[in-house]
Amino acid sequence: MEIFLPLLIKSAVALAVMLTIVPNLVWMERKVSARIQRRIGPNRMGPAGLLQTAMDGIKLLFKEQFRPKGADRWIYLAAPIVTFLPGLIAFGLIPMGLYVPAEGEVVPIVVANIDLAIVVIFAISSIASYGVAYAGWSSGNQYAMLGGIRACAQLVSYEIVLGLALVATVMMTGTFSLVDIVQNQAGFFTEWNWIPAWNIFAQPFTFVLFLIAAFAETNRAPFDLAEAEQELVGGYHTEYGGIRFGWFMFGEYAALWTMSSLIVALFLGGWTLPGVVLPDGVVGAFFGVGIHCAKVILLIFFFMWVRWTMPRVRWDQLMGLGWNKLIPLGVANIFLTIAIIEWFFVERPEVQAAIGVLK
Amino acid sequence: MGNDKLKRTFMRYVFAMIRGLRISLGQFLRKPVTIQYPEVKAPINPRFRGEHRLTSDEHGHMKCVACFMCATACPAECIHIEAEAAPEDWGDRDKIPKVFDIDMLRCIYCGYCVEACPKEAIEMTNKVPRVYDNREDFIYDIHKLLKN
Repeated sequence: MEIFLPLLIKSAVALAVMLTIVPNLVWMERKVSARIQRRIGPNRMGPAGLLQTAMDGIKLLFKEQFRPKGADRWIYLAAPIVTFLPGLIAFGLIPMGLYVPAEGEVVPIVVANIDLAIVVIFAISSIASYGVAYAGWSSGNQYAMLGGIRACAQLVSYEIVLGLALVATVMMTGTFSLVDIVQNQAGFFTEWNWIPAWNIFAQPFTFVLFLIAAFAETNRAPFDLAEAEQELVGGYHTEYGGIRFGWFMFGEYAALWTMSSLIVALFLGGWTLPGVVLPDGVVGAFFGVGIHCAKVILLIFFFMWVRWTMPRVRWDQLMGLGWNKLIPLGVANIFLTIAIIEWFFVERPEVQAAIGVLK
Repeated sequence: MGNDKLKRTFMRYVFAMIRGLRISLGQFLRKPVTIQYPEVKAPINPRFRGEHRLTSDEHGHMKCVACFMCATACPAECIHIEAEAAPEDWGDRDKIPKVFDIDMLRCIYCGYCVEACPKEAIEMTNKVPRVYDNREDFIYDIHKLLKN
């Protein structure tokens, strides 16, 4: 009980945070898209339209929950839940900050601080592709089916790229724990002491690979083929209405936040800011979470900016990019990283350990 | 892949993407062009041809002399005029219209009636044609046109 109660409380808090974040992300997407198209966007409900998404959610809750005749009942009902849960669970594994109650003690602000956090996150977020496939398959609708197949193939292909990019990062830092990875990025490089020691500057190429794969993993434009409205009506969620559709929507944005948090923690220094020493105690923790969230929001802005700029790629282009270009580049990147580590950073013992494992 | 082809691909895709991102960011930073319609109305050109109006002279008499020029010029045949003798004390004309109806459902807002009028008695306002829930209300009579 002493173990489970704090976990339960933390999970509840994480759930509440996520439920607060997601409507605001939807609002942000609508605002960003509006401004890029030189419109104003939602501005009627609440200040600057902030309550618009909440109202839409209430509307979705009260809508009729229909089920198509040809649908496979239980899979049809399970699909939205399977889609939105992984983003939620992964959110609980990404540290948002560090609480230092006393000198030497460190409590990461995360639901479960596990050493293999990255691996677990990847394992869990792969489940999301099941949800999409379930939805497409069980709806009894050809368009939904096509969307589900596309989403499934796309997620499986780009997960490889994501993993390959990750291997390079992990080799560089020599740990799977996100807390350690973030703490390795604090401050500046020792040689070039004006560049922040973030992994994006240590491995810009890996970052680009990871970013492209992340676009595909979160099913966002220019890789949003699973819900290509012009071709597939609505994609895998064509047959879903009301709050069941809302869950898909929720899952999409939860995954977006989780993926952005992961990129921030892996490449953009997490809650650290070079040249800023956070004070111990609650204030430091608060500012740490603030810095992390600010970075995540900036990154999400980039995601949205790209979505409202790029046209959607064709299906064969997507698969060609994934299998013919990104995966070979990912493998090449691993070897490049090994070479660089061997030549430049061998004096770092934790990196040596990682290289030793690979040999 | 030859060096030239690599370079071309890079130019075509990567630079094009960066250029596109720059353009959309530029649009993001500019002011929205939306007009918040019910509260704010779009500016209407002074030459806009909206609902008609019958004008009056300095004595408060309507300028119309019931010459039927507008009804003749009207391509939609939406103007219906019935004339009567002008009151004796006006002294400047023989006829005034007893009935002057414009069927707004037939009117095509071409402005030919305004062009045809020798007395500048009919003109077009900036008012956007209004909407009613029955056909009768669309027929504007002389009083409505004078007040328009």
